Amino acid sequence: MSAVAIQDSGRSNIITNTLTIARRNLLHIKATPEQLVEMSIQPLMFLVLFVYVFGGAIASSSKQYLQFALPGILVQTVAFLPFTTAIAINVDFQRGVIDRFRSLPIARSAVIGGRITADGFRVTWSVLLITGLGVVLGFRFGGTAVEAAAAMILVIAFGLTMCWPMALIGITARTTESVNTLGFLIILPLTFISSAFVPPETMPGWLQGFARWNPVTAVIDAARRLMLGLPVGDALVRSIVWMIVIVAVFAPLAIARYRRRV
Amino acid sequence: MTSAIEVQGLVKRFGKVTALDGIDMVAGQGTVFSLLGPNGAGKTTAIRILSTLLVPDAGWARVGGYDVVRQPKSVRRLIGLTGQYAAVDELLSGKENLYMIGRLLGMGGSAARARATQLLADFDLSEAAGKLARTYSGGMRRRLDLAASLVGRPPFLYLDEPTTGLDPASRRDLWSMIRSLVSDGTTVLLTTQYLDEADQLADEIVVIDHGKVIAAGTSKDLKMRVGGQVVVAQPVDLGDVPTARRILESFARDEDAIHTEGEVVTVSIADGVQLGQVARRLDDEGIQMDELALRRPSLDEVFLAITGHVTEENELDVDADAERRSS
Repeated sequence: MSAVAIQDSGRSNIITNTLTIARRNLLHIKATPEQLVEMSIQPLMFLVLFVYVFGGAIASSSKQYLQFALPGILVQTVAFLPFTTAIAINVDFQRGVIDRFRSLPIARSAVIGGRITADGFRVTWSVLLITGLGVVLGFRFGGTAVEAAAAMILVIAFGLTMCWPMALIGITARTTESVNTLGFLIILPLTFISSAFVPPETMPGWLQGFARWNPVTAVIDAARRLMLGLPVGDALVRSIVWMIVIVAVFAPLAIARYRRRV
Repeated sequence: MTSAIEVQGLVKRFGKVTALDGIDMVAGQGTVFSLLGPNGAGKTTAIRILSTLLVPDAGWARVGGYDVVRQPKSVRRLIGLTGQYAAVDELLSGKENLYMIGRLLGMGGSAARARATQLLADFDLSEAAGKLARTYSGGMRRRLDLAASLVGRPPFLYLDEPTTGLDPASRRDLWSMIRSLVSDGTTVLLTTQYLDEADQLADEIVVIDHGKVIAAGTSKDLKMRVGGQVVVAQPVDLGDVPTARRILESFARDEDAIHTEGEVVTVSIADGVQLGQVARRLDDEGIQMDELALRRPSLDEVFLAITGHVTEENELDVDADAERRSS
Protein backbone atom coordinates (compact mmCIF):
# COMPACT_ATOMS: atom_id res chain seq x y z
CA MET A 1 0.00 0.00 0.00
CA SER A 2 1.39 3.37 -0.94
CA ALA A 3 1.87 5.96 1.76
CA VAL A 4 -1.31 7.63 2.83
CA ALA A 5 -0.98 11.37 2.91
CA ILE A 6 -4.13 12.01 4.86
CA GLN A 7 -3.43 12.43 8.52
CA ASP A 8 -5.62 11.11 11.24
CA SER A 9 -8.24 13.68 12.14
CA GLY A 10 -8.43 13.62 15.89
CA ARG A 11 -10.32 15.77 18.36
CA SER A 12 -8.27 18.88 17.77
CA ASN A 13 -9.15 18.72 14.10
CA ILE A 14 -12.87 18.88 14.76
CA ILE A 15 -12.39 22.52 15.70
CA THR A 16 -10.28 23.26 12.62
CA ASN A 17 -12.81 21.41 10.45
CA THR A 18 -15.72 23.28 11.98
CA LEU A 19 -13.99 26.61 11.42
CA THR A 20 -13.04 25.64 7.86
CA ILE A 21 -16.67 24.91 7.03
CA ALA A 22 -17.83 28.05 8.83
CA ARG A 23 -15.38 30.05 6.76
CA ARG A 24 -16.70 28.43 3.62
CA ASN A 25 -20.27 29.33 4.55
CA LEU A 26 -19.29 32.92 5.26
CA LEU A 27 -17.40 33.17 1.96
CA HIS A 28 -20.74 32.48 0.30
CA ILE A 29 -21.89 35.90 1.46
CA LYS A 30 -19.16 37.43 -0.68
CA ALA A 31 -20.37 35.47 -3.70
CA THR A 32 -24.04 36.26 -3.18
CA PRO A 33 -24.52 39.94 -2.41
CA GLU A 34 -28.26 39.28 -2.07
CA GLN A 35 -27.42 37.45 1.16
CA LEU A 36 -25.82 40.60 2.47
CA VAL A 37 -28.94 42.53 1.50
CA GLU A 38 -31.04 39.98 3.34
CA MET A 39 -28.87 40.28 6.43
CA SER A 40 -28.55 44.05 6.41
CA ILE A 41 -30.66 46.18 4.16
CA GLN A 42 -33.90 44.22 4.45
CA PRO A 43 -34.18 44.43 8.26
CA LEU A 44 -33.14 48.07 8.16
CA MET A 45 -35.87 48.75 5.62
CA PHE A 46 -38.38 46.91 7.80
CA LEU A 47 -37.38 49.03 10.74
CA VAL A 48 -37.77 52.30 8.87
CA LEU A 49 -41.03 51.27 7.17
CA PHE A 50 -42.74 49.97 10.27
CA VAL A 51 -41.70 52.81 12.49
CA TYR A 52 -42.53 55.63 10.09
CA VAL A 53 -45.47 54.14 8.16
CA PHE A 54 -47.39 52.45 10.95
CA GLY A 55 -45.80 54.06 13.97
CA GLY A 56 -48.04 57.12 14.09
CA ALA A 57 -51.20 55.04 13.76
CA ILE A 58 -50.27 52.29 16.22
CA ALA A 59 -48.67 54.42 18.90
CA SER A 60 -49.10 58.14 19.35
CA SER A 61 -45.81 58.93 17.60
CA SER A 62 -43.20 57.10 15.59
CA LYS A 63 -40.64 57.89 18.25
CA GLN A 64 -42.74 56.09 20.82
CA TYR A 65 -43.42 53.24 18.44
CA LEU A 66 -39.69 52.79 17.81
CA GLN A 67 -39.27 52.00 21.51
CA PHE A 68 -41.94 49.33 21.17
CA ALA A 69 -41.09 47.90 17.77
CA LEU A 70 -37.28 47.67 17.73
CA PRO A 71 -37.10 44.54 19.90
CA GLY A 72 -39.85 42.99 17.76
CA ILE A 73 -38.02 43.73 14.52
CA LEU A 74 -34.81 42.29 15.98
CA VAL A 75 -36.51 39.01 16.83
CA GLN A 76 -38.35 38.89 13.52
CA THR A 77 -35.08 39.38 11.64
CA VAL A 78 -33.28 36.57 13.44
CA ALA A 79 -36.31 34.30 12.95
CA PHE A 80 -36.07 34.87 9.19
CA LEU A 81 -32.29 34.53 8.86
CA PRO A 82 -32.28 30.71 9.20
CA PHE A 83 -34.13 30.65 5.88
CA THR A 84 -30.76 31.11 4.27
CA THR A 85 -29.49 28.18 6.30
CA ALA A 86 -32.33 25.95 5.10
CA ILE A 87 -31.82 26.89 1.48
CA ALA A 88 -28.03 26.55 1.67
CA ILE A 89 -28.28 23.06 3.19
CA ASN A 90 -30.81 22.07 0.57
CA VAL A 91 -28.57 23.28 -2.25
CA ASP A 92 -25.54 21.50 -0.73
CA PHE A 93 -27.44 18.22 -0.80
CA GLN A 94 -28.63 18.72 -4.35
CA ARG A 95 -25.22 19.69 -5.65
CA GLY A 96 -23.44 16.75 -4.03
CA VAL A 97 -21.35 18.98 -1.76
CA ILE A 98 -22.66 17.11 1.30
CA ASP A 99 -21.62 13.82 -0.34
CA ARG A 100 -18.13 15.17 -0.74
CA PHE A 101 -18.01 16.24 2.92
CA ARG A 102 -19.32 12.88 4.01
CA SER A 103 -16.76 11.00 1.96
CA LEU A 104 -13.97 12.89 3.73
CA PRO A 105 -12.45 11.60 6.96
CA ILE A 106 -13.99 14.39 9.04
CA ALA A 107 -16.50 14.31 11.87
CA ARG A 108 -20.02 14.73 10.55
CA SER A 109 -20.68 17.13 13.41
CA ALA A 110 -18.13 19.49 11.85
CA VAL A 111 -20.45 20.12 8.90
CA ILE A 112 -23.35 21.01 11.21
CA GLY A 113 -21.08 22.85 13.64
CA GLY A 114 -19.62 24.91 10.80
CA ARG A 115 -23.09 25.86 9.67
CA ILE A 116 -24.09 27.01 13.16
CA THR A 117 -20.88 28.94 13.70
CA ALA A 118 -21.42 30.82 10.45
CA ASP A 119 -25.06 31.45 11.33
CA GLY A 120 -23.94 32.80 14.69
CA PHE A 121 -21.86 35.38 12.84
CA ARG A 122 -24.71 36.33 10.53
CA VAL A 123 -27.24 36.65 13.32
CA THR A 124 -24.89 38.71 15.50
CA TRP A 125 -24.13 41.00 12.58
CA SER A 126 -27.80 41.68 11.89
CA VAL A 127 -28.66 42.22 15.55
CA LEU A 128 -25.87 44.74 16.07
CA LEU A 129 -26.64 46.52 12.81
CA ILE A 130 -30.36 46.93 13.51
CA THR A 131 -29.78 47.96 17.10
CA GLY A 132 -27.23 50.50 15.88
CA LEU A 133 -29.68 52.04 13.42
CA GLY A 134 -32.41 51.97 16.07
CA VAL A 135 -30.21 54.03 18.35
CA VAL A 136 -29.40 56.45 15.53
CA LEU A 137 -33.14 56.89 14.88
CA GLY A 138 -33.71 57.65 18.54
CA PHE A 139 -34.15 54.37 20.39
CA ARG A 140 -33.11 54.67 24.03
CA PHE A 141 -32.20 51.73 26.27
CA GLY A 142 -34.05 52.07 29.54
CA GLY A 143 -32.15 49.54 31.64
CA THR A 144 -28.58 48.78 32.58
CA ALA A 145 -25.82 47.78 30.16
CA VAL A 146 -26.04 44.24 31.53
CA GLU A 147 -29.75 44.11 30.71
CA ALA A 148 -29.10 45.44 27.21
CA ALA A 149 -26.37 42.84 26.64
CA ALA A 150 -28.63 40.10 28.00
CA ALA A 151 -31.33 41.13 25.52
CA MET A 152 -28.86 40.96 22.61
CA ILE A 153 -27.60 37.54 23.70
CA LEU A 154 -31.16 36.29 24.08
CA VAL A 155 -32.09 37.41 20.57
CA ILE A 156 -28.94 35.88 19.05
CA ALA A 157 -29.58 32.63 20.93
CA PHE A 158 -33.12 32.60 19.58
CA GLY A 159 -31.82 33.03 16.03
CA LEU A 160 -29.56 30.02 16.48
CA THR A 161 -32.42 28.06 18.01
CA MET A 162 -34.53 28.67 14.91
CA CYS A 163 -31.72 27.26 12.76
CA TRP A 164 -32.67 23.75 13.87
CA PRO A 165 -36.27 23.57 12.64
CA MET A 166 -35.21 25.41 9.48
CA ALA A 167 -32.28 23.01 9.00
CA LEU A 168 -34.75 20.14 9.25
CA ILE A 169 -36.82 21.73 6.48
CA GLY A 170 -33.70 22.27 4.36
CA ILE A 171 -32.63 18.64 4.75
CA THR A 172 -36.09 17.16 4.21
CA ALA A 173 -37.36 19.27 1.31
CA ARG A 174 -36.62 18.07 -2.20
CA THR A 175 -36.42 21.49 -3.82
CA THR A 176 -35.47 24.98 -2.74
CA GLU A 177 -38.94 26.15 -3.79
CA SER A 178 -40.54 23.90 -1.20
CA VAL A 179 -38.07 25.16 1.40
CA ASN A 180 -39.29 28.67 0.62
CA THR A 181 -42.96 27.81 0.77
CA LEU A 182 -42.78 25.76 3.91
CA GLY A 183 -40.50 28.25 5.63
CA PHE A 184 -42.79 31.18 4.94
CA LEU A 185 -45.85 29.25 6.08
CA ILE A 186 -44.18 28.72 9.43
CA ILE A 187 -42.14 31.86 10.05
CA LEU A 188 -44.56 34.49 8.78
CA PRO A 189 -47.47 33.70 11.18
CA LEU A 190 -45.04 33.05 14.02
CA THR A 191 -43.50 36.49 13.74
CA PHE A 192 -46.65 38.47 12.96
CA ILE A 193 -49.08 36.81 15.37
CA SER A 194 -46.88 37.85 18.25
CA SER A 195 -46.14 40.91 20.31
CA ALA A 196 -43.64 42.12 17.67
CA PHE A 197 -45.63 45.01 16.20
CA VAL A 198 -48.80 45.38 18.26
CA PRO A 199 -49.81 44.30 21.76
CA PRO A 200 -51.65 40.93 21.51
CA GLU A 201 -54.55 42.44 23.51
CA THR A 202 -55.63 44.29 20.34
CA MET A 203 -56.14 40.98 18.44
CA PRO A 204 -59.38 38.96 18.37
CA GLY A 205 -59.65 36.44 21.19
CA TRP A 206 -58.74 33.27 19.26
CA LEU A 207 -55.65 34.92 17.87
CA GLN A 208 -54.67 36.26 21.27
CA GLY A 209 -54.37 32.69 22.55
CA PHE A 210 -51.89 31.86 19.81
CA ALA A 211 -50.00 35.12 20.23
CA ARG A 212 -49.66 34.58 23.98
CA TRP A 213 -48.33 31.04 23.58
CA ASN A 214 -46.11 31.85 20.65
CA PRO A 215 -42.42 31.36 21.56
CA VAL A 216 -41.66 34.46 19.48
CA THR A 217 -43.84 36.52 21.84
CA ALA A 218 -41.97 35.17 24.86
CA VAL A 219 -38.61 36.12 23.36
CA ILE A 220 -39.83 39.53 22.20
CA ASP A 221 -41.39 40.30 25.60
CA ALA A 222 -38.21 39.32 27.41
CA ALA A 223 -35.96 41.27 25.03
CA ARG A 224 -38.27 44.31 25.09
CA ARG A 225 -38.43 44.47 28.87
CA LEU A 226 -34.68 44.01 29.19
CA MET A 227 -34.02 46.73 26.62
CA LEU A 228 -36.51 49.16 28.14
CA GLY A 229 -35.53 48.44 31.73
CA LEU A 230 -38.97 47.10 32.70
CA PRO A 231 -39.50 44.24 35.14
CA VAL A 232 -38.87 41.06 33.14
CA GLY A 233 -41.41 38.88 34.90
CA ASP A 234 -41.58 35.29 33.67
CA ALA A 235 -40.92 36.19 30.01
CA LEU A 236 -37.19 35.40 30.25
CA VAL A 237 -37.79 32.01 31.82
CA ARG A 238 -40.52 31.22 29.29
CA SER A 239 -38.32 32.10 26.34
CA ILE A 240 -35.41 30.04 27.66
CA VAL A 241 -37.71 27.06 28.21
CA TRP A 242 -39.09 27.48 24.68
CA MET A 243 -35.61 27.58 23.18
CA ILE A 244 -34.57 24.46 25.07
CA VAL A 245 -37.71 22.66 23.90
CA ILE A 246 -37.22 23.71 20.26
CA VAL A 247 -33.59 22.61 20.22
CA ALA A 248 -34.38 19.38 22.08
CA VAL A 249 -37.05 18.48 19.54
CA PHE A 250 -35.58 19.71 16.27
CA ALA A 251 -31.83 19.20 16.68
CA PRO A 252 -32.08 15.39 17.02
CA LEU A 253 -34.61 15.27 14.18
CA ALA A 254 -32.43 17.38 11.91
CA ILE A 255 -29.30 15.38 12.73
CA ALA A 256 -31.11 12.08 12.20
CA ARG A 257 -32.45 13.26 8.82
CA TYR A 258 -29.02 14.55 7.90
CA ARG A 259 -27.47 11.17 8.60
CA ARG A 260 -30.18 9.30 6.73
CA ARG A 261 -30.66 11.43 3.66
CA VAL A 262 -28.84 9.87 0.75
CA MET B 1 -1.55 -8.49 -7.76
CA THR B 2 -3.14 -7.70 -4.40
CA SER B 3 -6.84 -7.07 -4.36
CA ALA B 4 -7.53 -3.50 -3.37
CA ILE B 5 -11.31 -3.52 -3.57
CA GLU B 6 -13.25 -6.64 -2.71
CA VAL B 7 -17.02 -6.87 -2.93
CA GLN B 8 -19.03 -9.93 -1.99
CA GLY B 9 -22.77 -10.49 -2.36
CA LEU B 10 -23.65 -6.80 -2.16
CA VAL B 11 -27.40 -6.10 -1.98
CA LYS B 12 -29.15 -2.74 -1.70
CA ARG B 13 -32.87 -2.09 -1.94
CA PHE B 14 -34.74 1.19 -2.03
CA GLY B 15 -38.30 0.36 -1.12
CA LYS B 16 -39.47 -2.03 -3.80
CA VAL B 17 -36.58 -1.32 -6.15
CA THR B 18 -33.58 -3.60 -5.86
CA ALA B 19 -30.66 -1.47 -6.96
CA LEU B 20 -28.00 -4.09 -6.26
CA ASP B 21 -28.90 -7.74 -6.34
CA GLY B 22 -25.79 -9.55 -5.13
CA ILE B 23 -22.69 -8.05 -6.72
CA ASP B 24 -19.29 -9.74 -6.47
CA MET B 25 -16.12 -8.17 -7.75
CA VAL B 26 -12.43 -7.81 -7.07
CA ALA B 27 -10.21 -4.97 -8.26
CA GLY B 28 -6.46 -5.22 -8.24
CA GLN B 29 -4.26 -2.51 -6.79
CA GLY B 30 -3.08 0.13 -9.22
CA THR B 31 -5.56 -0.87 -11.90
CA VAL B 32 -8.49 0.89 -13.49
CA PHE B 33 -11.56 -1.11 -12.75
CA SER B 34 -14.72 -0.21 -14.57
CA LEU B 35 -18.37 -0.77 -13.77
CA LEU B 36 -20.16 -0.60 -17.08
CA GLY B 37 -23.91 -0.48 -17.40
CA PRO B 38 -26.89 1.58 -18.50
CA ASN B 39 -28.58 4.17 -16.32
CA GLY B 40 -30.27 2.51 -13.40
CA ALA B 41 -28.04 -0.56 -13.47
CA GLY B 42 -26.83 0.09 -9.92
CA LYS B 43 -23.44 1.65 -10.64
CA THR B 44 -23.96 4.75 -8.53
CA THR B 45 -25.38 2.71 -5.66
CA ALA B 46 -22.26 0.54 -5.72
CA ILE B 47 -19.98 3.59 -5.66
CA ARG B 48 -21.96 5.13 -2.81
CA ILE B 49 -21.63 1.98 -0.73
CA LEU B 50 -17.90 1.83 -1.45
CA SER B 51 -17.60 5.49 -0.37
CA THR B 52 -19.42 4.76 2.93
CA LEU B 53 -22.32 7.03 1.93
CA LEU B 54 -24.79 4.13 1.90
CA VAL B 55 -25.00 1.01 4.01
CA PRO B 56 -25.72 -2.21 2.09
CA ASP B 57 -28.65 -4.45 3.07
CA ALA B 58 -26.54 -7.58 2.65
CA GLY B 59 -23.04 -8.60 1.67
CA TRP B 60 -19.80 -6.82 2.42
CA ALA B 61 -17.19 -4.65 0.77
CA ARG B 62 -13.59 -3.92 1.67
CA VAL B 63 -11.44 -1.09 0.42
CA GLY B 64 -7.72 -1.36 1.10
CA GLY B 65 -8.56 -4.09 3.59
CA TYR B 66 -11.06 -2.00 5.56
CA ASP B 67 -14.72 -2.88 5.83
CA VAL B 68 -16.90 -0.06 4.50
CA VAL B 69 -19.57 -0.56 7.16
CA ARG B 70 -17.46 -1.32 10.22
CA GLN B 71 -14.45 0.91 9.48
CA PRO B 72 -15.91 3.80 7.48
CA LYS B 73 -13.42 6.37 8.81
CA SER B 74 -10.45 4.28 7.67
CA VAL B 75 -12.04 3.88 4.25
CA ARG B 76 -12.69 7.64 3.97
CA ARG B 77 -9.01 8.24 4.60
CA LEU B 78 -8.14 6.20 1.50
CA ILE B 79 -10.63 7.43 -1.06
CA GLY B 80 -11.27 10.36 -3.33
CA LEU B 81 -14.75 10.66 -4.80
CA THR B 82 -15.77 12.39 -7.99
CA GLY B 83 -19.52 12.30 -8.29
CA GLN B 84 -21.84 12.01 -11.23
CA TYR B 85 -22.57 15.69 -11.09
CA ALA B 86 -19.57 17.85 -10.34
CA ALA B 87 -19.72 18.29 -6.58
CA VAL B 88 -17.89 21.57 -6.40
CA ASP B 89 -18.98 24.50 -4.31
CA GLU B 90 -20.23 26.91 -6.93
CA LEU B 91 -20.07 29.89 -4.61
CA LEU B 92 -16.37 29.47 -3.95
CA SER B 93 -13.52 30.09 -6.34
CA GLY B 94 -11.63 27.10 -7.73
CA LYS B 95 -8.78 27.85 -5.40
CA GLU B 96 -11.01 28.20 -2.33
CA ASN B 97 -12.66 24.86 -3.15
CA LEU B 98 -9.34 23.04 -3.14
CA TYR B 99 -7.98 24.98 -0.15
CA MET B 100 -11.08 24.04 1.85
CA ILE B 101 -10.66 20.32 1.10
CA GLY B 102 -6.97 20.52 2.02
CA ARG B 103 -7.80 22.12 5.37
CA LEU B 104 -10.52 19.55 6.03
CA LEU B 105 -7.97 16.81 5.37
CA GLY B 106 -5.77 18.22 8.11
CA MET B 107 -3.23 20.16 6.05
CA GLY B 108 -1.85 23.39 7.45
CA GLY B 109 -2.86 26.67 5.80
CA SER B 110 0.23 27.10 3.66
CA ALA B 111 0.39 23.41 2.70
CA ALA B 112 -3.26 23.52 1.63
CA ARG B 113 -2.63 26.67 -0.41
CA ALA B 114 0.40 25.13 -2.10
CA ARG B 115 -1.47 21.94 -2.94
CA ALA B 116 -4.37 23.95 -4.36
CA THR B 117 -2.04 26.00 -6.57
CA GLN B 118 -0.30 22.89 -7.82
CA LEU B 119 -3.53 21.04 -8.64
CA LEU B 120 -4.97 24.08 -10.40
CA ALA B 121 -1.87 24.12 -12.58
CA ASP B 122 -2.04 20.34 -13.19
CA PHE B 123 -5.64 20.61 -14.32
CA ASP B 124 -5.16 23.69 -16.44
CA LEU B 125 -7.27 25.89 -14.17
CA SER B 126 -4.66 28.41 -13.01
CA GLU B 127 -6.17 31.23 -14.99
CA ALA B 128 -9.62 30.69 -13.47
CA ALA B 129 -8.28 30.01 -9.97
CA GLY B 130 -9.81 33.11 -8.44
CA LYS B 131 -13.13 32.96 -10.26
CA LEU B 132 -16.27 31.49 -8.73
CA ALA B 133 -16.83 27.89 -9.78
CA ARG B 134 -20.33 28.75 -11.00
CA THR B 135 -18.75 30.69 -13.85
CA TYR B 136 -16.82 27.58 -15.00
CA SER B 137 -17.73 25.57 -18.08
CA GLY B 138 -18.87 21.95 -17.72
CA GLY B 139 -15.42 20.63 -18.54
CA MET B 140 -13.72 23.00 -16.08
CA ARG B 141 -16.10 21.95 -13.32
CA ARG B 142 -15.33 18.28 -13.90
CA ARG B 143 -11.63 19.04 -13.78
CA LEU B 144 -12.05 20.99 -10.56
CA ASP B 145 -14.12 18.16 -9.12
CA LEU B 146 -11.42 15.67 -10.07
CA ALA B 147 -8.76 17.94 -8.58
CA ALA B 148 -10.81 18.20 -5.36
CA SER B 149 -10.89 14.42 -5.03
CA LEU B 150 -7.11 14.32 -5.42
CA VAL B 151 -6.12 16.92 -2.81
CA GLY B 152 -5.23 14.27 -0.22
CA ARG B 153 -3.42 12.07 -2.77
CA PRO B 154 -5.82 9.19 -2.11
CA PRO B 155 -4.65 5.70 -3.10
CA PHE B 156 -8.21 4.99 -4.29
CA LEU B 157 -10.07 7.19 -6.71
CA TYR B 158 -13.74 6.71 -7.55
CA LEU B 159 -14.97 8.27 -10.75
CA ASP B 160 -18.71 8.09 -11.13
CA GLU B 161 -19.52 8.77 -14.80
CA PRO B 162 -16.79 11.38 -15.03
CA THR B 163 -17.47 12.41 -18.63
CA THR B 164 -21.26 12.19 -18.89
CA GLY B 165 -22.46 15.33 -20.63
CA LEU B 166 -19.02 16.52 -21.72
CA ASP B 167 -18.10 17.44 -25.27
CA PRO B 168 -15.66 15.11 -27.07
CA ALA B 169 -12.62 17.35 -26.57
CA SER B 170 -13.20 17.69 -22.82
CA ARG B 171 -13.73 13.94 -22.59
CA ARG B 172 -10.38 13.26 -24.22
CA ASP B 173 -8.68 15.74 -21.88
CA LEU B 174 -10.17 14.06 -18.86
CA TRP B 175 -9.22 10.63 -20.14
CA SER B 176 -5.60 11.59 -20.51
CA MET B 177 -5.60 13.06 -16.99
CA ILE B 178 -7.06 9.84 -15.61
CA ARG B 179 -4.46 7.80 -17.47
CA SER B 180 -1.60 9.76 -15.97
CA LEU B 181 -3.08 9.22 -12.51
CA VAL B 182 -3.05 5.49 -12.91
CA SER B 183 0.58 5.51 -13.84
CA ASP B 184 1.14 6.93 -10.32
CA GLY B 185 -0.20 3.72 -8.78
CA THR B 186 -3.65 4.95 -7.87
CA THR B 187 -6.42 2.36 -7.98
CA VAL B 188 -9.30 3.77 -9.99
CA LEU B 189 -12.90 2.62 -9.84
CA LEU B 190 -14.68 4.03 -12.86
CA THR B 191 -18.37 3.82 -13.63
CA THR B 192 -19.52 4.59 -17.10
CA GLN B 193 -22.25 3.91 -19.58
CA TYR B 194 -19.91 4.30 -22.51
CA LEU B 195 -18.18 1.23 -23.83
CA ASP B 196 -15.50 3.34 -25.48
CA GLU B 197 -14.69 5.02 -22.16
CA ALA B 198 -14.25 1.68 -20.42
CA ASP B 199 -12.34 0.53 -23.48
CA GLN B 200 -9.99 3.54 -23.33
CA LEU B 201 -9.26 3.42 -19.63
CA ALA B 202 -10.09 0.17 -17.92
CA ASP B 203 -7.92 -2.87 -17.30
CA GLU B 204 -10.88 -4.84 -16.11
CA ILE B 205 -14.58 -4.33 -16.81
CA VAL B 206 -17.59 -5.60 -14.94
CA VAL B 207 -20.86 -5.21 -16.81
CA ILE B 208 -23.88 -4.78 -14.57
CA ASP B 209 -27.55 -4.70 -15.41
CA HIS B 210 -30.51 -4.61 -13.02
CA GLY B 211 -28.13 -4.81 -10.07
CA LYS B 212 -26.42 -7.99 -11.23
CA VAL B 213 -23.04 -8.70 -12.73
CA ILE B 214 -23.74 -10.10 -16.17
CA ALA B 215 -20.22 -10.22 -17.56
CA ALA B 216 -16.67 -9.53 -16.49
CA GLY B 217 -13.34 -9.41 -18.19
CA THR B 218 -11.07 -7.16 -20.16
CA SER B 219 -12.48 -4.92 -22.84
CA LYS B 220 -11.11 -7.36 -25.44
CA ASP B 221 -12.88 -10.31 -23.78
CA LEU B 222 -16.17 -8.47 -23.88
CA LYS B 223 -15.89 -7.44 -27.47
CA MET B 224 -15.05 -10.98 -28.49
CA ARG B 225 -18.47 -11.90 -27.20
CA VAL B 226 -20.16 -9.38 -29.45
CA GLY B 227 -18.02 -9.66 -32.48
CA GLY B 228 -15.39 -7.25 -33.57
CA GLN B 229 -17.45 -5.05 -35.86
CA VAL B 230 -20.95 -3.98 -36.69
CA VAL B 231 -22.32 -3.05 -40.09
CA VAL B 232 -25.10 -0.48 -40.20
CA ALA B 233 -27.12 -0.45 -43.41
CA GLN B 234 -30.00 1.74 -44.51
CA PRO B 235 -31.48 1.22 -47.98
CA VAL B 236 -32.86 4.24 -49.82
CA ASP B 237 -36.04 2.31 -50.59
CA LEU B 238 -37.93 0.89 -47.65
CA GLY B 239 -39.03 -2.04 -49.86
CA ASP B 240 -35.41 -3.18 -50.08
CA VAL B 241 -35.08 -3.72 -46.35
CA PRO B 242 -36.02 -7.44 -46.37
CA THR B 243 -33.57 -8.17 -49.20
CA ALA B 244 -30.83 -6.18 -47.51
CA ARG B 245 -31.50 -8.07 -44.32
CA ARG B 246 -31.26 -11.40 -46.13
CA ILE B 247 -27.91 -10.44 -47.62
CA LEU B 248 -26.52 -9.12 -44.36
CA GLU B 249 -27.67 -12.27 -42.58
CA SER B 250 -25.15 -14.26 -44.57
CA PHE B 251 -22.34 -12.19 -43.02
CA ALA B 252 -23.65 -12.35 -39.44
CA ARG B 253 -21.60 -14.13 -36.83
CA ASP B 254 -24.69 -15.90 -35.52
CA GLU B 255 -28.43 -15.76 -35.91
CA ASP B 256 -28.94 -13.38 -32.96
CA ALA B 257 -26.52 -10.88 -34.42
CA ILE B 258 -28.91 -9.12 -36.80
CA HIS B 259 -31.57 -6.54 -36.03
CA THR B 260 -33.90 -4.35 -37.99
CA GLU B 261 -35.27 -1.15 -36.62
CA GLY B 262 -37.39 0.80 -39.08
CA GLU B 263 -35.28 0.96 -42.22
CA VAL B 264 -31.96 0.47 -40.45
CA VAL B 265 -30.41 -2.98 -40.36
CA THR B 266 -27.51 -3.63 -37.99
CA VAL B 267 -25.49 -6.77 -37.96
CA SER B 268 -22.50 -7.97 -35.96
CA ILE B 269 -20.36 -9.44 -38.67
CA ALA B 270 -18.22 -12.52 -38.42
CA ASP B 271 -14.46 -12.11 -38.10
CA GLY B 272 -12.67 -11.61 -41.39
CA VAL B 273 -15.62 -10.13 -43.26
CA GLN B 274 -14.75 -6.93 -45.14
CA LEU B 275 -17.11 -4.03 -45.67
CA GLY B 276 -16.27 -4.21 -49.40
CA GLN B 277 -17.73 -7.70 -49.66
CA VAL B 278 -20.97 -6.51 -48.11
CA ALA B 279 -21.11 -3.48 -50.38
CA ARG B 280 -20.56 -5.60 -53.50
CA ARG B 281 -23.32 -8.06 -52.60
CA LEU B 282 -25.79 -5.25 -51.98
CA ASP B 283 -24.76 -3.63 -55.23
CA ASP B 284 -25.17 -6.92 -57.11
CA GLU B 285 -28.78 -7.02 -55.97
CA GLY B 286 -29.22 -3.44 -57.14
CA ILE B 287 -30.00 -2.05 -53.72
CA GLN B 288 -29.17 1.62 -53.35
CA MET B 289 -27.92 2.52 -49.91
CA ASP B 290 -28.52 5.68 -47.91
CA GLU B 291 -26.00 4.59 -45.32
CA LEU B 292 -23.56 1.72 -45.16
CA ALA B 293 -21.02 1.93 -42.40
CA LEU B 294 -18.74 -0.15 -40.29
CA ARG B 295 -18.41 0.64 -36.62
CA ARG B 296 -17.34 -0.84 -33.34
CA PRO B 297 -19.96 -2.51 -31.18
CA SER B 298 -21.81 -0.14 -28.90
CA LEU B 299 -22.78 -0.81 -25.32
CA ASP B 300 -26.24 -1.67 -26.62
CA GLU B 301 -24.80 -4.44 -28.70
CA VAL B 302 -22.63 -5.74 -25.88
CA PHE B 303 -25.77 -5.82 -23.82
CA LEU B 304 -27.77 -7.45 -26.51
CA ALA B 305 -25.14 -10.10 -26.92
CA ILE B 306 -24.87 -10.78 -23.21
CA THR B 307 -28.41 -10.31 -21.98
CA GLY B 308 -30.55 -10.74 -25.05
CA HIS B 309 -32.21 -7.38 -24.46
CA VAL B 310 -31.21 -3.86 -25.32
CA THR B 311 -30.41 -1.28 -22.67
CA GLU B 312 -33.64 0.21 -21.52
CA GLU B 313 -33.49 3.93 -22.00
CA ASN B 314 -36.82 4.45 -20.26
CA GLU B 315 -35.23 3.32 -17.04
CA LEU B 316 -33.17 6.46 -16.91
CA ASP B 317 -31.87 7.08 -13.43
CA VAL B 318 -33.94 4.46 -11.68
CA ASP B 319 -31.05 4.33 -9.30
CA ALA B 320 -31.02 7.95 -8.34
CA ASP B 321 -34.79 8.28 -8.31
CA ALA B 322 -35.21 5.28 -6.08
CA GLU B 323 -32.69 6.73 -3.68
CA ARG B 324 -34.53 9.99 -3.57
CA ARG B 325 -37.90 8.41 -3.04
CA SER B 326 -36.72 6.14 -0.28
CA SER B 327 -35.50 8.88 2.00
